[in-house]
Amino acid sequence: MPQGGWITRKSPLAPGRYFMQGDEACAEGAIAAGCNYYAGYPITPASEIMHHICKRFLELAEGRVFIQMEDEIGSIASCIGASWAGAKAMTATSGPGISLMLENIGYAIMTEVPVVVVDVQRAGPSTGQATRPAQGDVMQLHWGTHGDGEVIVLAPWSVQEMFDLTIRAFNLAEMFRVPVFLAADEAVGHMRESLEIPAEVRTYERVKPLPGERLPPFGGAEVPPMPAFGEGHRLLVTGSTHDEWGYRRTISSEAQASLVSRFKAKIFNHLDEIVRVEKRFCEGELDVLVVAYGFTARSALAAVREARNRGIKAGLLRLQTLWPFPERELAEAVKYARAVLVPEMNQGQMLREVQRIFPQAVGYNKTNGEVITPPEISGAIEQIR
Amino acid sequence: MARCEVRLAGEGGQGLILAGVILAEAAVYEGKNVAQTQSYGPEARGGASSSEVVISDDEIDYPKVLEADVFLAMSQEACDKFCHQVRGDGLIIVDSVNVHRVPSGAIQIPITALAEEVTGKRLTASILALGIIVGMTGMVSPQAIREAVAKRVPKGTEEVNLEALKAGIEKGRELASHLGIAPRSLRNHD
Repeated sequence: MPQGGWITRKSPLAPGRYFMQGDEACAEGAIAAGCNYYAGYPITPASEIMHHICKRFLELAEGRVFIQMEDEIGSIASCIGASWAGAKAMTATSGPGISLMLENIGYAIMTEVPVVVVDVQRAGPSTGQATRPAQGDVMQLHWGTHGDGEVIVLAPWSVQEMFDLTIRAFNLAEMFRVPVFLAADEAVGHMRESLEIPAEVRTYERVKPLPGERLPPFGGAEVPPMPAFGEGHRLLVTGSTHDEWGYRRTISSEAQASLVSRFKAKIFNHLDEIVRVEKRFCEGELDVLVVAYGFTARSALAAVREARNRGIKAGLLRLQTLWPFPERELAEAVKYARAVLVPEMNQGQMLREVQRIFPQAVGYNKTNGEVITPPEISGAIEQIR
Repeated sequence: MARCEVRLAGEGGQGLILAGVILAEAAVYEGKNVAQTQSYGPEARGGASSSEVVISDDEIDYPKVLEADVFLAMSQEACDKFCHQVRGDGLIIVDSVNVHRVPSGAIQIPITALAEEVTGKRLTASILALGIIVGMTGMVSPQAIREAVAKRVPKGTEEVNLEALKAGIEKGRELASHLGIAPRSLRNHD
């Protein structure tokens, strides 16, 4: 029987209340989850993650590897290699770095590699504005790499969630052998807040074949056990279409179809474990349901509270999981809503996903490198109610 | 304490982002919910820089300043840019060494000159300014702000910064009683 699954780890940081930056909390979350390999290239507004991981790896000094690579292509490639050697690997960057990483993200999807990639989004396209927040990468994170793959994308809205969701990203990556993105933004990454560090965290450890146990690394189960290089298994890894033992099958329709359909099934058969949303003030009939994620959801919550003070029945559905898109949860929430508003720091990317469920949904979009404020969302609520 | 919003603004390099972090940390010591954010340009020095602190007993939804209860301006550019985002009865403090066009009702203090006089270092002006705010408002206790300063300022500069803080707190208390605004409206939210 292969080994792996849920365990409890003691937090490396003393439990208690801390005051920390979002990026630092992300680094602490990674360490708490058991991250023992970090490769990266510095970029605003994600550099603090790298600084903090580097500092903490040195302090902890227990077989953890930090390496600054020559660029983002090298960073993700190195993380994928480390993961194949059995490590829990993470890299962090911003949109320009994600653009460079995308080819290898596809390789990670195709070869089913658990890896965590943090995107602290800034205003783009291209190098754009380094110090300014945006949510312009949320489609790129799912669809940026070519082919028809699936990934998981989580969106933190607080410093606490920069910690909690980084742990969750590692767990989901290991559970489903898939790249998991943390879609943060500059405003959340650079914000400082108090956060609670728990005494223990639950982590999911990679399911691996036992020494000498011959199990197919790319088939035979929805999520096959993943052997590591150097542990005595015969192991072939290729980004080309392959059979369950990793042999290239570049003209086999069956091999291609079974891989791609399994990649989808291993995510979509487990939506209950993956998809998380938070509902605020969503009881009963709603004049306006606001659907938001990341920093923008903080402004949306303030605006919803303010609207309710004015007698408008407003509610907030916060998407903590962006991909797979929380379709069922949204369909449930819009049942009693007369109007739906989707504020985003982009030109309406998740709006289209919401419109698949609620075609009359309208966006409030801002792309000037500044956060959306509560009065702006209040104004939009007033207009559509 | 209901929601209290503070903006510390000036030029990049004046240490205002650090000052905001210190104020926030002091409020965390007192068990408050706190959010600290900032906006700054890509340069290490120069450009308008703003550090925002929101302190509350309740959950903080929007973590940035909408209408400041307390606004500190250490440069003319920052003063011009943010002086309209202050509550009607908000407290505006300007460093009169750097700010000459002053919004009505602002309290003018030669903060940089005072810092130079007390510690011989202009760079301690932001910590002295923090002291003034704490002295005037009682927003956090002197003990908490001292602890936070000692923890967060660069190693080796603790003493000089604590000296600046002390002078600031004294100046703040003196001003508050002189102007009859002591302990400010912040506490009235209680």
